[in-house]
Amino acid sequence: MARQAHGFSYVANVIEVRDLVKRYRKAEKNAVDGVSFEVRSGEFFALLGPNGAGKTTTISILTTTLTPTSGSVLIDGRDAVADAAGVRRQVGIIFQKPSLDMNLSGEENVRFHAMLYGLYPYRPFFRLMPRLYREQVRELAGVLGLEKEIFKPVKTLSGGMKRKLEIIRGLMHRPRVLFLDEPTAGLDAASRRNLWNYLREVREKYETTIFLTTHYLEEAEEADRICILDQGKVVSLGTPAEIKADLVEEYLILDSEDRPALRSELQSLQLGFTEQGQFQVQLNGHSAQEVIRSLDTPLTVLKTHSPSLEDAYLKIVGTAME
Amino acid sequence: MTELSPILTIASRDLLKLLRDRTRLVFTLVFPFIFIVLMGGTLQGNLGRAAGFNFIGFIFTGVLGMTLFQSAAQGLISLIEDRETDFSQEMFVSPISRYSIVFGKILGETMVSFIQAIPTIALALALRVPLSPFQVLLLVPASLGACLLGGAFGVAVMSLLQNQRAAQQIFPFLIFPQFFLAGIFNPIKVLPWYLLPFSLMSPLRYAVDLLRGVAYTGRPEYDKVVLFNPLTNLLVMAAMFGGFLLVGTMMFVRQETNR
Repeated sequence: MARQAHGFSYVANVIEVRDLVKRYRKAEKNAVDGVSFEVRSGEFFALLGPNGAGKTTTISILTTTLTPTSGSVLIDGRDAVADAAGVRRQVGIIFQKPSLDMNLSGEENVRFHAMLYGLYPYRPFFRLMPRLYREQVRELAGVLGLEKEIFKPVKTLSGGMKRKLEIIRGLMHRPRVLFLDEPTAGLDAASRRNLWNYLREVREKYETTIFLTTHYLEEAEEADRICILDQGKVVSLGTPAEIKADLVEEYLILDSEDRPALRSELQSLQLGFTEQGQFQVQLNGHSAQEVIRSLDTPLTVLKTHSPSLEDAYLKIVGTAME
Repeated sequence: MTELSPILTIASRDLLKLLRDRTRLVFTLVFPFIFIVLMGGTLQGNLGRAAGFNFIGFIFTGVLGMTLFQSAAQGLISLIEDRETDFSQEMFVSPISRYSIVFGKILGETMVSFIQAIPTIALALALRVPLSPFQVLLLVPASLGACLLGGAFGVAVMSLLQNQRAAQQIFPFLIFPQFFLAGIFNPIKVLPWYLLPFSLMSPLRYAVDLLRGVAYTGRPEYDKVVLFNPLTNLLVMAAMFGGFLLVGTMMFVRQETNR
């Protein structure tokens, strides 16, 4: 279901995953079982699925901390197995579990990251770091509103602030792709929204590709494309609208005091319907208006049902589980 | 050398973490105190005269070697357990070589454990263990040797045991018998034949004996306490260090790329 981007003279896929398989040692089943997809440059891509679907395994292979059993992964044209170091340079990762040293200051956490990525040579103190770095840190602290706190131990910051600090740190080396593994788990609603606004800014400013795994459907709804994994396989892939359209049909809910009349009328119009007390009428490509116009029986109930992503998700995952 | 900076980064992070962690710092002070003052003091009072040497000095050198060796080894073993916590996650996804991770970690944990030598030596001086300034100076490289050997031992244990959780559980069984086979608290000048080979296999034995060689040099009880010539100890330590490091690092890197 992946759309082909016609009309573009050149479309760069920043991630290309082909027939990816991972079977852990001593496991009887493949954790990832023949997964293929691609992510375009600058895209916001969400990987969705229930626990144990293979999301974390996939993201671990994509970020080179796990080797695949078979299949290929290219990140920005580099092979994730053969050129792991090259791939690592191109990606930033926000882990599911906090990845800050709590006793160290925010600046120290940022500095160690910068030095591991070879952006600056090792210096034991902030004031010995190059001027460019010091300016960069002050700017980052300004963006976060942490001008004073950046030099205090990270454990004094709020949960949302810590997450933002991790994102800023992850962007220090200007990665082509930022991987976020359930980044908002454990954050309150306000912090979550705040974080998403910030990520939106990041995408606009740096044109960073965002690869997200999440349980929160409303977060995935914002994605350009969604890939739904279940039991190690891709069960759906496309834009949120496509996924909804493909899997959950819109229908009308109707009822009348004269149910037999309504029933025979629906039958004569050859509209598919089910009766569960009320009538669920499949639209099958017709518009709701067309259907209503062709009905003469007086109605007591008239509702349209538009699917949410959650409906689609539950239907997909539910079907796969049966 | 592009990998030098990450190695120093990893090492200095370990050191900073120790210095920022007050509970851990206090513990490093209390631990040698318990052993040297409480254990050494009571042994000296009851057995010192019969043994013909000072037990406080004996326990001091033993505890010094044990603390440094064990702390460095444990620091390395935690590397895998830590891969899913705090900043260590960053290390494993950064573009640096896996060898740099091991070397940086050995350097860092060596420094961390070496810091613990300072209060231990200070305590010994306060308890009037006879040490000349030159001997104190010589204890520095001998202590470093114990740290480095412990670090390499840790790398080997970490990489040889496939299941990392098991490594954490099995480690006490690898270290605890060494306390007695290496003679931390108990003299091992005379050993039953069936224990001797195990004692000779214990890396900790050589680290402790080297420290004792330094601390007892020129003392009349030297022969009663020290087992081998310091040079012999140094050579064995160097060989063990090289072996552990080579095997451990190779296995670690192989496992890392082939999980």
